[in-house]
Amino acid sequence: MIYLMCLILFSIGIYCILVKRNLIKIIIGLGIVEYAVNLFFVLVGYRVQGRAPILAQDQVIQNMVDPLPQALVLTAIVIGLAVTALIVAIAIRIYEKYGTFDITKIRRLRG
Amino acid sequence: MNRKTKEPGMTLIVKTITRLTVGLILLYGIYIVTHGHLSPGGGFAGGVIIALSFIHLMLAFGKDLALKKLSESLASFFESFGAIMFLTIALLGSIGGYFFFNFVFKGKPFNLFSAGIIPLCNIAICLKVGAGLFAVFVALVLLNIATEKGNK
Amino acid sequence: MNMALLPLTSNLLPLFVAIPLGSAFVVSLLGKKWRGFSDTFSNLATFSLFSLSSFSLLLIKQFGTIVYKIGGWIPPIGICMVLDSLTSFMLITVNLIAFLVTIYSISYMERYTDKWKFYTLFLLMLAGMNGVIVTGDLFNLFVFLEIGSISSYALVAYGVEHEELEASFKYTVMGSIASSFILLGIALLYSYTSSLNMADISRSLAQGKGSQVVFFVSVLFLMGFGLKAALVPFHAWLPDAHPSAPAPISAMLSGVLIKALGVYALARIFFNVLGMTTISSSILMVLGTISMVLGGLLALGQEDIKRLFAYSSISQIGYVILGIGMGTTLGILAGLFHLFNHAVFKSLLFLNSGSIEYATGTRDLRKIGGLTSKMPVTGYSSLVGSMSISGIPPLSGFWSKLLIILAAIEAKHFILASIAVLVSILTLAYYLKVQRFAFFGELKDSLKGIKEVPLTMKLSMITLSIICLLGGLLLIPGIQKSFLSLATEVLVNGNNYAQVIFGSIK
Repeated sequence: MIYLMCLILFSIGIYCILVKRNLIKIIIGLGIVEYAVNLFFVLVGYRVQGRAPILAQDQVIQNMVDPLPQALVLTAIVIGLAVTALIVAIAIRIYEKYGTFDITKIRRLRG
Repeated sequence: MNRKTKEPGMTLIVKTITRLTVGLILLYGIYIVTHGHLSPGGGFAGGVIIALSFIHLMLAFGKDLALKKLSESLASFFESFGAIMFLTIALLGSIGGYFFFNFVFKGKPFNLFSAGIIPLCNIAICLKVGAGLFAVFVALVLLNIATEKGNK
Repeated sequence: MNMALLPLTSNLLPLFVAIPLGSAFVVSLLGKKWRGFSDTFSNLATFSLFSLSSFSLLLIKQFGTIVYKIGGWIPPIGICMVLDSLTSFMLITVNLIAFLVTIYSISYMERYTDKWKFYTLFLLMLAGMNGVIVTGDLFNLFVFLEIGSISSYALVAYGVEHEELEASFKYTVMGSIASSFILLGIALLYSYTSSLNMADISRSLAQGKGSQVVFFVSVLFLMGFGLKAALVPFHAWLPDAHPSAPAPISAMLSGVLIKALGVYALARIFFNVLGMTTISSSILMVLGTISMVLGGLLALGQEDIKRLFAYSSISQIGYVILGIGMGTTLGILAGLFHLFNHAVFKSLLFLNSGSIEYATGTRDLRKIGGLTSKMPVTGYSSLVGSMSISGIPPLSGFWSKLLIILAAIEAKHFILASIAVLVSILTLAYYLKVQRFAFFGELKDSLKGIKEVPLTMKLSMITLSIICLLGGLLLIPGIQKSFLSLATEVLVNGNNYAQVIFGSIK
């Protein structure tokens, strides 16, 4: 059930990228898509009645959730950060050159 | 009269609180980095918090004072230096026979000085991520100021 | 060499990633201080990578498949790097083109600001590509894919003009969505097989663990890697991104990036990890054919040289996917041979267009003409490249296209074979158009004062045209057995990949 909510979030992000006309809204949509996939990946590691996977001293090892997706999602979040930083810098320069954020007016390449 | 034309940064309340808390934020970031093998956190999260302390300084006091504390060329140097340090630690592992091999003395578990190369890698990643995030922020701020001056 | 030398020499596997990564950051530190430092250092780095990849061929002949455990952790607990014949084939292709392109860009990039930034991003992109080829672990593949893609997004926007920024924005958005699909596929595969190692997943899937989800995951991977490889209908970013980049980057993007990140990853996952079924095979063949036809038809009407070459890339990648998708030994051999050939002649053509732009300042076919009289090296190497890509004997392109058509006939797909022949004639048509408009004909008055390009640019173009001329020699049975046939066998083996890997861990 909760995986369905992640995929609904993913489709909201894709809708935002496809329909909106402002460059900044497209960037926000891209962020939503990336975070939806990260959330899905972390939830894959959930085990029923599991604890946080931290081992402290003198502790009995019990049910823990899967720690491997958590490490992988940490990397994926940083990758998303790098893409967002790059695309925001490109968007600022586009505003400098074209004077507008509207994608229907930024259409010099065609054919 | 508009106070903004006289001095850069935010109001007096924000400046006072910033003076009190910026050092604590930096210290907290260093704690998360060095205890990365004992509790959640590690290089990425700690690096972001350390970068945030410098960005906090820039937001509250204006860019001139923040750039005096950590100039953009120094941030660029630390970024490359962190990456080279990480790669050197990995290549030195080939002494033990494999790339990334854990060759430093491993102490008892749950101590601060244990787990071989993991704390050293955390420090390298913290340098790179922190300096990188701060450099991105500075680049965007300076770009904005350049375009505004160009438009006038 | 005996078996005792294996640990020492297999230590060169991580060097394929460590050398470009280290050089990128050293150039970023020291490139600002001394002029000419970034040039020499990056050329040294790419030359050492090329010699290492040629050395890896000898290693495979001596030791068989080499599996390198990173950090000493045994897979599937740890990450491993795999060197088999397909890997060394791709490594030679990528590093050869990278070496020649860095020689070319010594003179070409003088016109842009801050050459050290260019070399940093270029070496990072090379590190990403090498990492994708060498790794044996699925999430490691995703991380290196992202490193290569993000550097290429930045490189497309390198000279910040109007069109470059617009093309880079489109490319970034579409590329990031593709990477999200790939990550979703990896997450689903992990949840069913609880392992990330490619050999271990292959073994679990063969035992039938994830059978409900394999088809959905293969569609997700097809969408993600298909966009990186510019298959139709995921090709829309390519005609905007490849012309807008500076010429050496266009050569790298069109020559090796879409192959290393797209076609190689697709082939590795579909053949070795997921297992090739008749449905996947038919889908790949149909998509390849549509790419061939659409790329060829759209290239006929273009006036901009680089945009025409970009559409032609879509068409030729369709040939490669058609060959690989057939699944038979002859088909995969033909597809891989065409992949190597296309890397060589497409980079040669893009470097030619770069030197036309360097000398005349324009890329429009209507404004230039008769350049061979003033620029002989560019003219003749462009002639060799165009004849090779159109499939005129005895140049290298003829042999690979002939093999693809023969493989299609052998597998009884007569309609696809005839479409391949027709598209080959179409390719000849638009390359003749380029030759007639750009190189032969009358020299226009405004262009009387142009000169030939500098020495380093001439060197790369001459070297690439020599490889084009001699490429047909790769099919001689003695040479073919050690280079191409071994690479084909790795893919044809399919699900036996797992046994090969687990048998080679020492």
